[in-house]
Amino acid sequence: MIQISHVSKIYLTGDIETKALDDVSFNIKKGEFVAIMGPSGSGKSTLMHILGALDRPTKGEYILDGDNVEKLSDDSLAEIRNKKIGFVFQAFNLLPRTTSMKNVTLPAIYAGIPKEKRLEIAEKYLKMVGLGDRMFHTPSQLSGGQQQRVAIARSLVMNPAIILADEPTGNIATNQAEEIMAIFQKLNEEGHTIIMITHEPDIAEHAKRIIHIRDGKIK
Amino acid sequence: MEFSEIFQEALSTLTVNKLRTVLATLGIVIGIGSVIALISLGQGSQNAVQNQIQSLGANLLTISPGAQRGGFVSGGQGSANTLTPEDAQAISTSSKITTVANVSPEYSRRAQITASGKNTNTQVIGVTPTYAVVRKVSVSQGVFLTGRDVQEQTKIAVLGPQVVTDLFGEGTNPVGQSIRINGQSFRIIGVTVSKGGTGFQNQDDVVYIPLTTAMKVIFGSTSLSSISVEAKSAAVMTQAQDEIGYLLLAKHKLNLPSQADFSILSQNDILNTASSITGTFTALLSGIAAISLVVGGIGIMNIMLVTVTERTREIGLRKALGAKKKNIITQFLVESIILTFAGGVIGMIVGIIASIIISKIVGLPFSVSFNSVILAIGVSAAIGILFGWYPARKASNLQPIEALRYE
Repeated sequence: MIQISHVSKIYLTGDIETKALDDVSFNIKKGEFVAIMGPSGSGKSTLMHILGALDRPTKGEYILDGDNVEKLSDDSLAEIRNKKIGFVFQAFNLLPRTTSMKNVTLPAIYAGIPKEKRLEIAEKYLKMVGLGDRMFHTPSQLSGGQQQRVAIARSLVMNPAIILADEPTGNIATNQAEEIMAIFQKLNEEGHTIIMITHEPDIAEHAKRIIHIRDGKIK
Repeated sequence: MEFSEIFQEALSTLTVNKLRTVLATLGIVIGIGSVIALISLGQGSQNAVQNQIQSLGANLLTISPGAQRGGFVSGGQGSANTLTPEDAQAISTSSKITTVANVSPEYSRRAQITASGKNTNTQVIGVTPTYAVVRKVSVSQGVFLTGRDVQEQTKIAVLGPQVVTDLFGEGTNPVGQSIRINGQSFRIIGVTVSKGGTGFQNQDDVVYIPLTTAMKVIFGSTSLSSISVEAKSAAVMTQAQDEIGYLLLAKHKLNLPSQADFSILSQNDILNTASSITGTFTALLSGIAAISLVVGGIGIMNIMLVTVTERTREIGLRKALGAKKKNIITQFLVESIILTFAGGVIGMIVGIIASIIISKIVGLPFSVSFNSVILAIGVSAAIGILFGWYPARKASNLQPIEALRYE
């Protein structure tokens, strides 16, 4: 499903080249639960951006479902992010002053799904993550764990094959982190491919496979 | 995404920072408001001038003395002494003139008028009885002066209603009382009906006295200041102009029309001149107002650029979740169009109210044209697109990772 072959990412800051990723290759099959682990500065965020079609590799190939991602236009990448990938960010990234419901429907708005249908799906996923009674609360009225559950509901609304989570428990109290991980495990059992980036070993343990990354290389 | 949803979303974003939204819109409100107010005031004054000139009579020709070109020196127009009572006599009696109905020789000058301790400075016009016919003047009290008054150089006067108000108070009947013009006593025999008028050309602020009295007794002049001629119909105006022109050329012993020491203007000529003057003023003032519109547009652009920077993370998130360039462009463009369109509509209302108030104060007829309303709304929406485009494009070109990382 995901084929990363000889991918490098080089950033230019003035004249200085920084190799964030150095000739990385791996595959992820459908239905896997993979944790990508590494200390900060190891290149795991860069890898996440490339996997999420938010950025293109400088060198190498990224094939997602048969498409060469590095060759697609900005708008085609937007469509891939919309339909195939669900994002969960460390900082939740919910729209402020906007209800949980509206936040969850956002990807569906850009997919052109009619309003009635959108609200129906959003309600389903909000109930699934246990926020059936918080649908019309704004982020400032929710705890960190609840906000992250809204973000998970949002990542699911287009029923994507892949869920990409960047330090999903990084900003959450420990007891709530377990609830979040339980949701991910449940989603994985339902057939979603889950890729999670973390630096916490006990969180990474929930995954079935761990990819270690250091200095832009896979160990 | 349906348009109504985009609209609602833009509206809810704009209401988050109300003060900023209001301030951004204010520039457009002032711009559109002043354009509307100035255009409608310009049209109002144009209408006023037209009405005033037309009320003088459509078949009217005015002959004025022109500069006589002798050598290198030429006098100013109207200052020459080239029109005489004999010219007027010739126009009314010559067999070569076939299209003229009435001729009114006139001598006018400003003079100080006093009556019972009050005084005013006004236009004193020496006229003959035909003046009333040619200029469509009628009396509301008393009588107009007669041919006998002109022959005998009587010291009688017919007052315009404004002069009556100035000297005797509004609504009084001054007939039978007397006024002093340049120190000489005149008996009032009538008051004319108000013709209206504004500013420098108030047709009610005049005193009529017999032509001969004005020329010989009061001002001591041998030439006329103008001759008004009423043509037989509006259709023969050009012919009348030609006939009079050639007659006067012959009488003044001049060969070519280019040497003419007089000018003949029809009401149409005067109307056109006056219209072009007011038109130029309107265009000039509207042009200045239009500059404030551009400034308002720049204000909108500034606010939208600030908004784009402020919402970088939001834009990044939206793009990460699948928003395409056109979605982001539409979102920001709709916001800026709402700002300018609302500004345009409010500005239009403010402009109309302002022009109603100003026209009340100045005494002009109020008029607002459908065109200027369409113009205001169209221009304001266009400003929204024009000045909203750059910020919207800037937002749509943000890379999602850059935008997500932005703090």
